[in-house]
Amino acid sequence: MNITVTLFAQMLAFGLLIWFVNKVMWGPLSGLMEARQKRIADGLAAAEKGKHEQELAEKRATELLKEAKDQAQEIVAQGQKRASEIVEEAKDTARAESERIIAAANAELEREVNQAKEALRTQVAAIAVAGAEKILKREIDAKAHEDLLNDLAARI
Amino acid sequence: MTWNLDTIFISIALGALMVVVGGRVARNATDGVPGGFQNFVESILEFVQTQVKDSFPGHNPLIAPLALTIFVWVWLMNFMDLIPVDLLPLIGSWLGLPYLKVVPTTDLNTTLAMALVVFGLTLFYNIKVKGLGGYLKMFLFHPFGKFAMPANIVMTAIEEVAKPLSLGLRLFGNMFAGELVFLLIALLGGAAALGAGLLIWFPLQVVLDLAWLLFHILVITLQAFIFMVLTIVYLGMAHTTDH
Repeated sequence: MNITVTLFAQMLAFGLLIWFVNKVMWGPLSGLMEARQKRIADGLAAAEKGKHEQELAEKRATELLKEAKDQAQEIVAQGQKRASEIVEEAKDTARAESERIIAAANAELEREVNQAKEALRTQVAAIAVAGAEKILKREIDAKAHEDLLNDLAARI
Repeated sequence: MTWNLDTIFISIALGALMVVVGGRVARNATDGVPGGFQNFVESILEFVQTQVKDSFPGHNPLIAPLALTIFVWVWLMNFMDLIPVDLLPLIGSWLGLPYLKVVPTTDLNTTLAMALVVFGLTLFYNIKVKGLGGYLKMFLFHPFGKFAMPANIVMTAIEEVAKPLSLGLRLFGNMFAGELVFLLIALLGGAAALGAGLLIWFPLQVVLDLAWLLFHILVITLQAFIFMVLTIVYLGMAHTTDH
């Protein structure tokens, strides 16, 4: 239990041990731990940054989507407008065409009626002449009465 | 000139064990995800670092390794206390050693040596930080102001000397007493080695030994921790300029 020269030996040993621990254990390990702490901090910062960027990208995507929707709506509206225009145009064309056809048909009809009237007129003239021939029982000079007959046929 | 070779040998062997194991961990360590033992060592390092950060003002790269050395070395030396008291001396006697003190911290030389090294460091940093004049001024004016100079000198001198003494004696006393209790418990069975008393004394010894062992795990850790924290605090006091 006495204080002996062991005291100095132990002091020396203690001092050396501190030096060794610092050199071999504390130095490298605390350096490593600091490096790891830095890496973790960097990683967290990067994650934060990534999150922020993702938020920005999401925002941008929403904006783009909205823009696209607006554009699509515009295009649809334009298309609908154009379609109704086309329909109107087609209707107009059809109406014009039908009028044209009706007009042509009317003209044809009139022409035919006139033709028929003409034919009838000549026939009536002939019938009238024949009737008159039969009634009068004598020959009537058709040439002498042509004016009269023509006048008669025109009245039909 | 007495060399307590048992104390010196065991303490140096434990110190070497600490350096070799710690060095191997440090060499194989990665700054990525740490494996099992590296994790353990790093948690001790972090624990010590936290203590230093909490109780040491300013920055000194020596303090943390010093605290780590004290904590681990003292703990290892204290841990020898938990090995059955007669086991290592028995092995020693087979090797021809007539006497073997197993726990280096039950040798006052060890604890006082560490305390004196700490004391030397406090002196060094006191003078380095405050200057020789500043340190001496502390002796003159410290507790009671300038009108009680002689009393101040005595008080501060006692205070300064009491630091290493209490540091060394506390560890020594705790460990010595603990070892003594282990010895007494070991004597229980031995005293009744022959005869029917063994039936009572032997189980009692086992139970008592277990209880004291469990309690002592706490004590050795606590003592190592106290030694470390007080060292940090003393050195921190040496680093503060206005007292």
